[in-house]
Amino acid sequence: MATKTPVSLTATPIGTLYRGGEGMWTWVLQRITGVSVFFFLFVHVLDTALVRVSPEAYDTVIATYKTPIVALLEVGLVGAVLYHALNGIRIILIDFWSRGPRVQKQMTWVIAAIWLVVMVPGVFFMLKHSVEALFGSTS
Amino acid sequence: MSSPLAAPRSQTRNKQRSNFELYGWLFMRVSGIVLVFLVLGHLFIMNILDGGVQRINFAFVAGRWSSPFWQVWDLSMLWLAMLHGGNGMRTIINDYAERDQTRFWLKMLLYVATVFIIVLGTLVIFTFDPTLG
Repeated sequence: MATKTPVSLTATPIGTLYRGGEGMWTWVLQRITGVSVFFFLFVHVLDTALVRVSPEAYDTVIATYKTPIVALLEVGLVGAVLYHALNGIRIILIDFWSRGPRVQKQMTWVIAAIWLVVMVPGVFFMLKHSVEALFGSTS
Repeated sequence: MSSPLAAPRSQTRNKQRSNFELYGWLFMRVSGIVLVFLVLGHLFIMNILDGGVQRINFAFVAGRWSSPFWQVWDLSMLWLAMLHGGNGMRTIINDYAERDQTRFWLKMLLYVATVFIIVLGTLVIFTFDPTLG
């Protein structure tokens, strides 16, 4: 006769990476950024496919990418991809590096720092043209 | 008599199970590392370097795709990103769609869309005509 062995579950499980704290929120963000980038990728292949229609069709749709509002969305896209990439590397280190699971919290703060250091100049260059166009320093 | 350890389970079930999820898990990590370079490089070139998105037009694309290097780059990026993203979406559908029917049809939609985009993108890269127009 098979008997069920009771499994004890503590309220705050020890040794989990994914319940509460940095481990859970980095995982939630990884999903949100992943889904967002996937939908963008879908649209992006479609807009690039217009090079098979005509140069004018392609240039027209690419012109929308150059407007200030879409430039802001591109900053969001780059931020999402960069986070997804950095946290992906963190996940790989947790999985394959023997010390990974023990330093996952420190790695979270390291990727946050790298993200900021890359995004600050990135945002500057990505929005430079829009700011100049909006505030009139380009002729 | 109850034992503190669960009884060893039948081996037959293990033999019938495929390793698909293991390979999927590994693929996410391997493709992820390659995509870090391909996608971040692509974003840097397209959005930041030398004026960013402002300089992109048909002639710019024609110039890039005249080089096999960028063709291979873009083709690898397309396939790896779509399969990586498609597998991620599959995981998310499996996690959150509770009804069997919902899960099945969402995944069918995902597979059709993923194959469509991979085929379309591949055709565009291989049949690109710089003299068009």
